[in-house]
Parts: sequence; C-alpha cells; structure tokens
Amino acid sequence: MGLFILRRVGVMLLTAFCLTFVVFFMTNLYPNLEKLAKTEGNFRMSDEAVTSYLTKNGYLEPLPVKYGQWLGVLPGFVHTDEDGKTSGQCYEQAQVVGGGTVDAERDVARFCGVLQGNWGFSTVFKESVNTILSKRLSLTGKLALAAFGVMIPLALLIGILAGMREGSRTDRSLSTFAITTSATPEYVSGVIFIAVLASGAGWKIFKGSATSAMDDATFANFTLPVMTIALYGVGYIARMTRASMAEVMTAQYIRTARLKGVSFGNIVMKHALRNALIAPFTVIMLQFPYLLTGVVITETLFNYKGFGWTLVQAASNNDIDLLLGCSVVAVFVVLVTQLISDIGYVFLNPRIRIS
Amino acid sequence: MDPLTWTGSVGIVLNPIFFVVVGLFAVMLVIQFVLSFTAPPPSITVNPDGSAMSSGGTIDLVGRINSYLFLGLLGILATYMFSGIFTPYGTGGIIGEIGVRLLPVWIALIITFALSMAFKRKLGLYGKLFDSVVGMIGFAIVMFWVFVAIFVAFDLVITHDPLSQVSGMKNKVPGTPLRGAEDGEYAHYLLGGDNLARDVFSRVMQGSQIVLIIAPAATLFAFMVGIVLGLPAGFYGGMFDTVLSFIANLVLAFPVILLFFLLVTPEIRAAGIDFGFYMWRVPTILASILFIFPLIFLVLLWNSRYFTQPSKNMLFIGLTVVIGGYLYLALAWDADPFGLISIDQNVLIVFVAVVFVNSPTVFRIVRGLVLDIKTRDYVAAGQTRGEGAWYIMLWEILPNARGPLIVDFCLRIGYTTILLGTLGFFGLGLESESPDWGTTINAGRRLLGIYPHPAIAPALSLMTLVLGLNLLADGLREESLKD
Repeated sequence: MGLFILRRVGVMLLTAFCLTFVVFFMTNLYPNLEKLAKTEGNFRMSDEAVTSYLTKNGYLEPLPVKYGQWLGVLPGFVHTDEDGKTSGQCYEQAQVVGGGTVDAERDVARFCGVLQGNWGFSTVFKESVNTILSKRLSLTGKLALAAFGVMIPLALLIGILAGMREGSRTDRSLSTFAITTSATPEYVSGVIFIAVLASGAGWKIFKGSATSAMDDATFANFTLPVMTIALYGVGYIARMTRASMAEVMTAQYIRTARLKGVSFGNIVMKHALRNALIAPFTVIMLQFPYLLTGVVITETLFNYKGFGWTLVQAASNNDIDLLLGCSVVAVFVVLVTQLISDIGYVFLNPRIRIS
Repeated sequence: MDPLTWTGSVGIVLNPIFFVVVGLFAVMLVIQFVLSFTAPPPSITVNPDGSAMSSGGTIDLVGRINSYLFLGLLGILATYMFSGIFTPYGTGGIIGEIGVRLLPVWIALIITFALSMAFKRKLGLYGKLFDSVVGMIGFAIVMFWVFVAIFVAFDLVITHDPLSQVSGMKNKVPGTPLRGAEDGEYAHYLLGGDNLARDVFSRVMQGSQIVLIIAPAATLFAFMVGIVLGLPAGFYGGMFDTVLSFIANLVLAFPVILLFFLLVTPEIRAAGIDFGFYMWRVPTILASILFIFPLIFLVLLWNSRYFTQPSKNMLFIGLTVVIGGYLYLALAWDADPFGLISIDQNVLIVFVAVVFVNSPTVFRIVRGLVLDIKTRDYVAAGQTRGEGAWYIMLWEILPNARGPLIVDFCLRIGYTTILLGTLGFFGLGLESESPDWGTTINAGRRLLGIYPHPAIAPALSLMTLVLGLNLLADGLREESLKD
C-alpha cells in the first residue's frame, strides 16, 4: 500500500511538472509576449522597443532557463542596464528581505520562483498573484462547497432510489431526470434559471447576479449559482450510483439476505449501500475537474468574482503571471483529486486492499 | 399584421384544458412518487389453472392514469404544433407557425420512421433501436435536428437571413410583426429579435448546421486517433503503451477550460515555427498531426486485409491516398492545389481543440476494450492461423468492440456539442456574428434579465440535441446488451 501511494505521488509530480511546463510554454509564446510588451508599454511600440522591453524583463531567455527561474530551481533573472542599475525577478522580494535595500551581490543568486512562494505580479489587478489567488480561491471555495453540499446528497439519493428497484417506475422517472440534467450544461441551466426565476419576463424570486454574494451570501443571491453548478454534476453521479447500486442488488449475498427474511429497507441500508458507494466515490472525486469548468462558466454568468472569474480575466487580458498561477492551482486540484480517488478506491475496496 | 400569440386561435379553447391537464399530471406524479414507497406491493393470486394474476393495486391505477394524462398532454402539444398547417397564416400562433415552417422536417421524420419500422428486422443494430422506446425518442430528437440542418441548407425552414438586421426589431418579443413587411417577406419574427435586430428563430435553426457539422466530424476524428493509437497500445503493451498512456493521462489531467483559453486565442494562431519561407502555425501543426490519423487508419485497414491481392490492394490504397491526401492538404494545410476546399482558420482551431480534448478518452476506452478482447479464443485462433497483427486488431478485435464504441460515439457527440457551446459561451474561436448556439447564448446573456428570449432559444436547442444523443446512446446500450 505504501509503495503504491509512493508510486502514484511520483507519477503525479511528474505529470504536474510536464503540465506546468506546457502551460508555461503556451503562455510564453512570442505573440503573447509581444502583446504583453505593448499593453505594458504602448501599442505603437516598434519591434526594437518590444525586444528591449522583453530582454530587460527576462522574457527572452531560453525557455528551459525561464521555466527554471519561474519554478524556483534556477537563480532569479537579473538585468543590468547601461547606467549600471540592476533590476530583476527577485528584487521586489529581496527588498522586503533586506529591509528596503537591494544588495546585488547578495541577491543575484537568490531563488525566487513558485516553489519559494513567489508567484509573480498581476499586470491587470496590479497586485501580487499570491494575494489575488488566496482571496479568489476562498470565494470559490465557498461556492464549490455549497454546490457539493447540494450535489452529492441529491445525486446519491436519486441514484440509490433508482438503483434499488431497477426497472420500476421510480427508476424510470428518476433516470429520465438524471439524463436530462447531464444533458444540461451550466450555461444552459444558468440561462434558464435566470430567465425563469430572476428576470422581468419570469418570476423575480432570486437575483440574476451573485456579485453581492461574495461578501454576504443570502438565499436570494446565492441559490441560483449553487444550483447551476450542482445540477450538471447530479445527473452523472446519480447514473453511476444507480448502475453500481443495481449491480450490487443482483449479487448473490443480497439474494441470500432476502431469503433469510431480512426486510427490504435493511437490505438496502445495511447490506447493499456500503458496497454500492465505492464506485460513486471515485466518480465524485473525478468530478472536481468538471466542477472547475462549471465554476468558470457559472462565475462568469453570475458575475461572482472568484477563481473562475479571475481565470477568465487573466486569460482574456493576457496577464501571464496570473494565468500561470491559476493554471498551477487548476492542475493541482485535478491531480490531487485523481490521487485521492485512486488511493481511496484501493482503500475502500476490500477485494483490492487485502490482496 | 397583428402580433402572434403563443398558441393562436386553437389556444382559446385548448389553453384552459392544457393547464388543467398539466396541473393534474403534476399532482398525480407526486402522489405516485409517495405511493411508490408507502403502498403495499401488488398481491399475486394463483388461479385454479395454475397461472398467476397480479392485482396492481392503487399504485398501478395511479400509474395508468399518469400514462393517460401524459398522452393527453402530448396530444394537446401536437395540436398546437400542427394546427397551423390547416389554418390560414397568422391564426396558428407562434407554435403553430413554427410547426408550419418545420413541415419538411416533420415529413422527413415520418418517412424515416415509417421506413425504419417497416424493415427493422433487416437493419441490424439500427433496426433493433426501434424496439426501445427511449432509443426511439432519442433518435427522433437527433434526426429532428439533422433534418433541420439539412433543410436549412435548402433555404426551407428559416424565415429570414440569420445575419441581416431589420430596423425596429431590436430585442422584440416573440411573435412581433415586421414593420412594413414587403410581399414575399415573412411577416413576423417568430421567436423575436436579438440585440442586433436579427431573427432569433432563423439564427437558431441555422446554428444547428454549424453544430451538427463540427460535433460529429470532430468526434469521428477523435475516434480515428483513439483507435489507431489505442489498438496497438492495448494489443502489444510494453513501452509503447506506457508512453502513450502517460501522454493520454497528461492531456486528461489538463483542465479542459484552461486548455481552451490557452489554445483557442488569436495569439496562438499567430504563433508557430518560422522556417523563413513558410510559417508553420500552431493550428496547422496540430491539424497536420491529428488529420493524418484517418488516412493511416484506412491504409492499415485495406493493407492488412488485401495485401495478398495486390491489384485490389493498390486500388483501395491508391484511392485513399489520392482522395484522402487531397482532403488532408486542403483541410490541414490550407493548400488545396485546385483552390476548391478551404476551412476557416477560426473553425479549424476550434475543431482541432475539440478533437485534441476527446482523443485521449477514446484512446483509453479502445485500449481497455482491446485488453479485454485479446484474451479471447478467436484472437488466439487468428494468431495460430498466422494472421497479421493489424488484421487481428482491425478486422477481428475492432468489430467485436463496436457495441461500446457506438454507444460512446453518441455520448461523445453530445459532449462535443457541450464543449462547442462552452467555447462559444466564452467567445473563443468562432466569430461573434456566427449563429452557432454557444455564441448566440453568449450574445444573449448580457441582457438576460430584461430580454431572455434570444438566449433561451439556443439554450433549449442545445439541451434537446444533447438530451436526444444521450437517450439514443441509452437505447443503443440497452439493445446492444441484448445480444
């Protein structure tokens, strides 16, 4: 078991390394850098001015070196201009460390990348990426937690009710509901919710914007975004739970229990449920990456300024450091949930755990 | 011209009945749901002749009433839809007039179903689909959109040009008449106007075309990639498998939304490898890699089977290379020697991104199926007969894996449709005036609180298409498991 976890963690780190490199490569393509130089400087910059700006800020170093500097395994980039003034990646941080003074000798060899906790500076929000991400992530955490709190109990309930009597009327109507929700992506359900429940044309019960929910989440402004995220996931998890439950209900030991005279409720709750929930656990964990897409869509639609909204802003404004920061977070969320799902599956399933 | 109401003249009689039936149906559904937990199970009595008889009890009665109510509901909806065909223009209401515009689609659907039902025993898996109600509903919805897309190409269904703006129609509600409509011009905006005064109905119908061309084609390409790489990975295993699986997992771990934001941008279209005489741009790089797989697939397919008959082999491979190579040059490299076929670079990058996202999942499915099937006796028998590895993979393993693959193909078209919608929703890729559903939702969502209709119509269309594909996949799964 220990060896298995160790191997999985190793593969995960390798994957993270590759993925962050790909993201780094794609955000640092020359047209992106050129656009960055022009938005930071001015839009009529000549090609030479662009090159000099990029050289000064270390964007024209070879890609592996640049990646190493960003990651923090190579010393930070330093640039000395004609006047002998030095500037560089680590200087801002060094100023804090050195109490306002920058000592070129001391600071040249500093490592200050993502691994050291220096995630860079956002050109759009004019703030350090660390600050932005921690603030936005806590907002999204609130939203995602609420969505999961609605989604998982609802999905499990539907799945179990449908799967315990396969083929019954309850099963058919609940399965239809599940299929319908899994055919309704967030941008469809969100639009329908707003039009029906929060617009002048329909009932005005809720609010179509969740901006005010960032500080003060109420029933009126937080329900629709939560429901929008939850609904798409419900269908998928419910169908998986149903399949798993239906399979368990045909198992020999359930028939034995039934022949012994155990009541149906007891069979479902005590005998079937524990085995039926192993597969949905994996599915729920693997739902996180989809939740990420859902969060991005929902936050954009409802104007809730969390992590997803920040990702869209960073991407559409070519904010390289912020986009890289968002990507690292996104990639790690996906990889960690995959890891938990793998380990959890082995841990929960005695057939694999014992052998 | 007067504005149209939703249900027109039949609505005066039918609307009250409709609401009563809907209310009753809702109440009965709740009662049925509660009863399914509380009511005693149906009692079974044994007749003197030995046969058993189940007296359904209350729950069965409620269920039957529900079925009748549901049928009644469908009947009323059909009346709304089709009454317009028999009444003069303007009295059928919005739903009725839409029904009239869709007349060719209804006829095509009826013919399809009549023919398929008549010959269903001779049509293999497709015919078996007509044994499953769920499958039939799904198939009907999917074919509805397919026929809409086809007839739009012949200028039949749409009422106005989807790109032209008519003054005074900005954000108008459904059923608004055109001011001073000329003769021969359609007099109403059936589903209202959008924020640029274009006809929502025509745009939605036209949008189906874009979705129904890109989504199945992209899924097909993803399947080609997944099959060509997944078959040998599963069959041989070893290093090849390890490396490919790692790459597939890499792509799968990449958050889809992030990939879209990185890949489908104007900057990426400008980036590429500069050879001096030729700029190899990123969309072309990706397309030239991904689009080669169908060619490889077909060549392997012919060669593994006909290599003992050189003349036939040369014919098939020659045709594939000439036609496929021509299309490959035209689509991937935008270098059609005759200048006939070309693909918009915006569409190309969207297409490539969607193929790229889907391929690893297909690869994993195919690989898993091969790992299972290659242990069967008929594969061992083939190997004993001295058949080539590719012959076994393509002509023995692949046909036996078709059930799950066809089901996944349907589901994946639905998923691809959702992905296309996501791209449109964020305004990535396709042009902002494109009538595809995602882009239209994106344009409509800004005024959602005041004028919901421009966004609702494409949203519901997208939902029904995906729902149809999911139901179709469900029906196919059910039927393919039966043999």
